[in-house]
Amino acid sequence: MGALLEVEDIRVSYGAVEALRGVTLRLKEREIVAVLGANGAGKTTLLRTISGLLPLVRGRILFCGRDIRSFAPFELLRQGLAHVPEGRRIFPTLTVEENLLLGLYGVRHLVSNAERERRKEWIFELFPVLRERRRQLAGTLSGGEQQMLAIGRGLISRPKVILMDEPSLGLAPRVVQEIFRIIRQIHEEEGVSLLLVEQNARKALSVANYAYILENGRVALEGKPQDLMHDERVRSAYLGGSGIRQRLL
Amino acid sequence: MRVFFEQLVNGVTVGSFYALVALGYSMVYGVMKLINFAHGDLFTLGSYLGYTFLVWRAAWITERAGLWWGVLGAILFAFLANAGAGILVERVAYRPVYRAGRLPLVVSALGMSIFLQNAIMAIWGPRFQVYPGDLVPTASLRFLGLSLPLLKVVILFLSLGVMLVMYWIVEKTEFGAAVRATALDREMATLLGIDIQRVILFVFTLGPALGGMAGVMNGMYYRSIQFSMGWNYGLKAFTATILGGIGNIPGAMVGGVLLGVIETLLAGYIPGGGAWKDGFTFLILILVLIFRPTGILGEKVAEKV
Ligand SMILES: Nc1ncnc2c1ncn2[C@@H]1O[C@H](COP(=O)(O)OP(=O)(O)OP(=O)(O)O)[C@@H](O)[C@H]1O
Ligand SMILES: [Mg+2]
Repeated sequence: MGALLEVEDIRVSYGAVEALRGVTLRLKEREIVAVLGANGAGKTTLLRTISGLLPLVRGRILFCGRDIRSFAPFELLRQGLAHVPEGRRIFPTLTVEENLLLGLYGVRHLVSNAERERRKEWIFELFPVLRERRRQLAGTLSGGEQQMLAIGRGLISRPKVILMDEPSLGLAPRVVQEIFRIIRQIHEEEGVSLLLVEQNARKALSVANYAYILENGRVALEGKPQDLMHDERVRSAYLGGSGIRQRLL
Repeated sequence: MRVFFEQLVNGVTVGSFYALVALGYSMVYGVMKLINFAHGDLFTLGSYLGYTFLVWRAAWITERAGLWWGVLGAILFAFLANAGAGILVERVAYRPVYRAGRLPLVVSALGMSIFLQNAIMAIWGPRFQVYPGDLVPTASLRFLGLSLPLLKVVILFLSLGVMLVMYWIVEKTEFGAAVRATALDREMATLLGIDIQRVILFVFTLGPALGGMAGVMNGMYYRSIQFSMGWNYGLKAFTATILGGIGNIPGAMVGGVLLGVIETLLAGYIPGGGAWKDGFTFLILILVLIFRPTGILGEKVAEKV
């Protein structure tokens, strides 16, 4: 079983603040790995470090067996690593279609015009609302639609791995439902591997093959979702017991 | 009425120079969030390079191919040489301080402005230089009873054409979308595979190139140039940029042409207005900053979070 992404004992700091203090995890082919944890646990920091936006203090990250730092951050998309960051980050004054097609920018030399159209159609089939809004400025979309656009933009290059940071943040339960349905669908149909950061632990565990729980920049717990769901600590802290965070879903 | 139309053509022509220079300000501001103080002096540099080309080479071209090829040659030469200058300036003065933050970048741009101005003075001297009259066409076009110098008309259409091409690049091509995306959210652009360094180089190359082109056309239009003119001219083009909405490419074009027209008409119709021409410009700048700081087409910019 080849590991696509291997994070080995990494440390990352913001000045004096250590945000990650030795995190190790792996993502294998055709796998969904969930990363859970409370606010400030270091989840976003982890994804940003993998994408090369933050420097490593220690440790290393391998992507398809190669040191990920041998690529410039902008080259990673072409290598097959997409990142759908926290907070959607769509370009508000560009049209929906322009936003979507920018998702192909990193692979533009590898994709023919016909193929580009096919990819666009494919995203429009996944998210029909984007087709209706294609000529509209992306800033005028609703929050849920923006999230769909952000996911579509991450997907359109058909990456091997997608890093997804809280896709359900701030969305209505029905939209969350829809987003997770699509996550499962692209995983099954396209064989994309996902590193999925979520606060919605129940949902994330329901789609994941494996999960890590971060606490204060360390992996506090890891295991298969079935096992974690029955772990007393996890139940109380993340699945709506008496813990730090409750989610009533 | 005849005077009005002639003034209008003058206004649009001068305005199109402003617009070309404003484009450079706007693109650099959009991507770098930097007011490139050296931009006005790069305009001057282009104007001197075109002058030198005309003095040195145009006679040779003119003899063989005709007057117009000399003119086009000078414009093209200034465009290319200024593109090179832009690359050099980015390399020497800006790239080393990107990591240091915004303020060092601004200071570096100011320093570059002073350096360029002095370098131009040292090379070409402090006096006015005059574009050679025998190498610039003087024929006129008769049109609906108006007499329009052919040179003006050609210059006007050339700059409008260049602006259309720019508009097309920035608004309609894939790379243009990447430039706009970079201006909005550099980090997200990186995650999508956009090489930010290339976008930066693009704006720092094309901006000065367009400014250099405007510099030559301006020299042919007014005939005399001086080493320190970039400061004043830069401020005007900057006003045009603000008028149209900074960071907004179509806005820079609209703002430039509009400013040229307003300025020319006010100077033409208010008695003694010529002396107040620059005053009008800054009055416009102040009024825009007070009443519509986002500029005419600036709504889009204002809403970007
Ligand atoms: N730019 C920054 N400068 C300084 N500290 C930061 C910065 N970004 C994050 N931190 C700190 O690093 C820690 C980890 O932050 P991170 O954003 O990775 O958390 P998270 O797990 O994604 O949280 P959330 O669930 O709220 O998104 C936090 O303590 C945070 O305050
Ligand atoms: Mg986060």
